Amino acid sequence: MAEEECELNEKQKREIAKWFLLNSPAGEIQYIAKDLKSVLNDEKVYNEAASEAFPLYNKSHLIFLELPNRSGDVLVTTYNELEENEFLDPRTALVATVDHVKQVCTDVRPAADEELSSPYIEEFRCALDAEMLKYVAEAYPKGVCSVYCVDGKDVEGPGSNFELVVVISAAKNSPQNFCNGSWRSVWNIEFKEDVQMLEVRGKLQVGAHYYEEGNVQLDAKHECKDATIFQAPDDCAISIANIIRHHEAEYLESLEASYSNLPDTTFKDLRRKLPVTRTQFPWHNTLQFSLTRDIQKELGIDK
Amino acid sequence: MEAAMGLMRRIHPKQSETALSALLSLLPHSSSDLLSQVDQPLQVLRDLESGKEYILCEYNRDADSYRSPWSNKYYPPLEDALYPSSELRKLEVEANEVFSIYRDQYYEGGISSVYMWEDDNEGFVACFLIKKDGSKTGQGRRGHLQEGAWDAIHVIEVGPEEESIAHYCLTSTIMLSLTTNDESSGTFSLSGSIRRQMNMDLSVADGHLCNMGRMIEEMEGKLRNSLDQVYFGKTKEMVCTLRPPSEVVLRLPTADMA
Repeated sequence: MAEEECELNEKQKREIAKWFLLNSPAGEIQYIAKDLKSVLNDEKVYNEAASEAFPLYNKSHLIFLELPNRSGDVLVTTYNELEENEFLDPRTALVATVDHVKQVCTDVRPAADEELSSPYIEEFRCALDAEMLKYVAEAYPKGVCSVYCVDGKDVEGPGSNFELVVVISAAKNSPQNFCNGSWRSVWNIEFKEDVQMLEVRGKLQVGAHYYEEGNVQLDAKHECKDATIFQAPDDCAISIANIIRHHEAEYLESLEASYSNLPDTTFKDLRRKLPVTRTQFPWHNTLQFSLTRDIQKELGIDK
Repeated sequence: MEAAMGLMRRIHPKQSETALSALLSLLPHSSSDLLSQVDQPLQVLRDLESGKEYILCEYNRDADSYRSPWSNKYYPPLEDALYPSSELRKLEVEANEVFSIYRDQYYEGGISSVYMWEDDNEGFVACFLIKKDGSKTGQGRRGHLQEGAWDAIHVIEVGPEEESIAHYCLTSTIMLSLTTNDESSGTFSLSGSIRRQMNMDLSVADGHLCNMGRMIEEMEGKLRNSLDQVYFGKTKEMVCTLRPPSEVVLRLPTADMA
């Protein structure tokens, strides 16, 4: 085999570095960053890759950062991004400045009027936010949520359609136990004034990584739809929260069912626990085996 | 190198091939270390003479050719290649036949290969490999899996016989992934890899094949259970920690399961 000692050029190294960062499991990007820096041995390339990869990673993983003045957490998502490193928290009407690579909130300022939704929209958004806070507090030990207006934020009154999105993000990092996990829910709600209906679309994503003397990862995804009638803001909020509560609880149940099917059902398609004979393989009869394939019929393999 | 292994431990098992080739290009001088320490899904070739498939690994490779355990020939053909001694080859042939039946019993399909070669200490090394595609389009009997792969690599170092006892050192690696997909529960995907070792001193009265076979069977059983109960179990625990099932929530109003 011809050994080509060709050095990778900077662009190639940067792309590889970005790939590792973007594909880090939830909660592990800083560990990956550390190992990556060591392997790359090139500060400049790493920094370039990090500045491109971290914002994408943060937004797709729906990370949440503590606001400096202890007003709570701000989520980092594509739905509340004002500038590349400015994220809106409608609940507190604050805009947080974020350092993506360090994954911290470096500054905070009050939101300008034009950055917030109109009072009409805010009624719906705020009512839903209150219901979601209640739901998340009761369903998730450590979950963060927010509601953003992604379409029609300047709608002044009835007569137009608009869209809100609910984002729920929960993460549990136990590196000392070699285990990390994340739950992400994104619920898009289209308020269709013209047909007096609300269309709800949910995307749930769950991940877990256990790596004590091994490396095992769970990826689960689910999409669902529902609908309800267009009502006053408070009633809409309650309907929507009920829909979300119902679907998420159902999804958790189906995850549990998938796990309980594993040992005897799903796994079997890969490897049985025991042969059909329900006994271990008779290795000591190897002399018989080497003579004839009739043994297979005896052991009932032909089924 | 330690940092490279750290990366491999964290990157998703399904992306380990991409990760490994990225690392090989970043660290060309560590390529032999990386290749020997990082597990990769097994590749397969068809032996045109017998029509049977065989698994490729470092242990049946010479230059760019791979030796088939069925015909004992290299593909592509290679001159002055390495072969096991004729005695060892006899054991290798029998091992392949018996292991094939073992594989059928537990895996209901799949491909297996066994390779043996003499080592420097008057003993020998045997490598037992299994590759199974359990997806419903592959050989998944019950059609549960949209995608399913099991790759097992068992390397046994057998020491020279002393007073009818031989020392066996087994290093086993299992790589697996499974995905189920349906309307009501979406996509559910688990993947992982684990590696374990087992050492035993056994009487050679029943023969090497019997001893090695039993060790492998025991090891595979242990690893299957471990993956299922411990490893997958931990991921399930994590999910239930993130969002406890409703019964739990009702009982503990401020469920903070640290």
